[in-house]
Amino acid sequence: MKRLTLIALLGLALPAFADRMPLPANTPASFKTECASCHLAYPPALLASKDWQTLMGGLKDHFGSDAAVDAKTAQEIGDFLSSNAGSPSKLGNAGNPPRITQTARFVRKHDEVPAKLWRDPRVKSAANCEACHRNAASGSFSERDLVLPELKR
Amino acid sequence: MKLLTTIALLVASTLSLAETPQQIRQTYAAEAAAQQAGFTASAKRGETLFRQRFAVSDKMPDCTACHTANPVNAGQHVITGKSIKPIAVAGNGERFTDPAKVEKWFVRNCKEVVGRLCTPAEKADFVAYMSEVR
Repeated sequence: MKRLTLIALLGLALPAFADRMPLPANTPASFKTECASCHLAYPPALLASKDWQTLMGGLKDHFGSDAAVDAKTAQEIGDFLSSNAGSPSKLGNAGNPPRITQTARFVRKHDEVPAKLWRDPRVKSAANCEACHRNAASGSFSERDLVLPELKR
Repeated sequence: MKLLTTIALLVASTLSLAETPQQIRQTYAAEAAAQQAGFTASAKRGETLFRQRFAVSDKMPDCTACHTANPVNAGQHVITGKSIKPIAVAGNGERFTDPAKVEKWFVRNCKEVVGRLCTPAEKADFVAYMSEVR
C-alpha cells in the first residue's frame, strides 16, 4: 500500500517537474537588469535559439519599445539565451517576431484558458505570467501554483 | 578661474561618487547650470513633468501610465503587467542611488514617453520631486 502511494505521489510529481524552469545559476546579471525590468525574466527554454537570436537582433523595436542594449551586453545575453534555449521541435513555430505565446507548446498548455480571462485587467497581457502563475519568477509554472479564481471555477 | 576649477572638480567628484539621490540631483543640476546660469532644481517642476501628458505613445501617454498618479506607490507596466517598485525614494530607498541606472532609464523612458531625450534641467527637477514627495 505504502509503495502504491509512493508511486501515485511520484506520478503526481512528475508532470510538475516539466513545469519547473528556474533560471540557471550562471544567469548573467544583465539578463535581469535589461530584460526583467519590464517583464518577467522568461525562462530561456521557452523559445528556440534561432528565435532568441531574432529577438536580440531587433531590440530597437522590441514589441513597440526601444530595448536596445550595448554590443557587449547583447552578446552576453544572446549567448546565455542560446545556450539555454528550448528544443525547436517541442516548442513549435514562434512566428515573426517570435513570441513565446505563439509557440505550439504555449498554446497547447493554455488551451483551457477562456478568452475572457486573457482580457482581465489583472492579467493585461499573455506576457504577464505572474498574473496566474504566482511563482513564475522563481521558475514554477505548476498548475498547483495558479492563482486566478476564475481558473478554479 | 579658481571658482571654475572648484566647480569642475565638484562636478567630477559627484559624477564618479554619486550614490545618494541628493548627489545625483546635484550632478544633473550642475549640468543644467552650465547651460542656464542660476539654475536650481525644483520639485514642483519635477512633479509637473511627471504628470504632463505627452501622448507620444498610445499606451504610455505620461509617466503615470506605469508609475501611477502616486509615485510613492508601486506601479505596473502598462503593457506587460509586471509590477514596478515605487519610483519615489519615500516608497523605495534604492531609487536614485545608481547614476548609471538612473541615466539609462531617463534615456529609455524619455525617448518613449516624452518623445525625445530629457534635458539635464528636467532630470534634476524630476529627481528633486522623487526625492521629496511623501
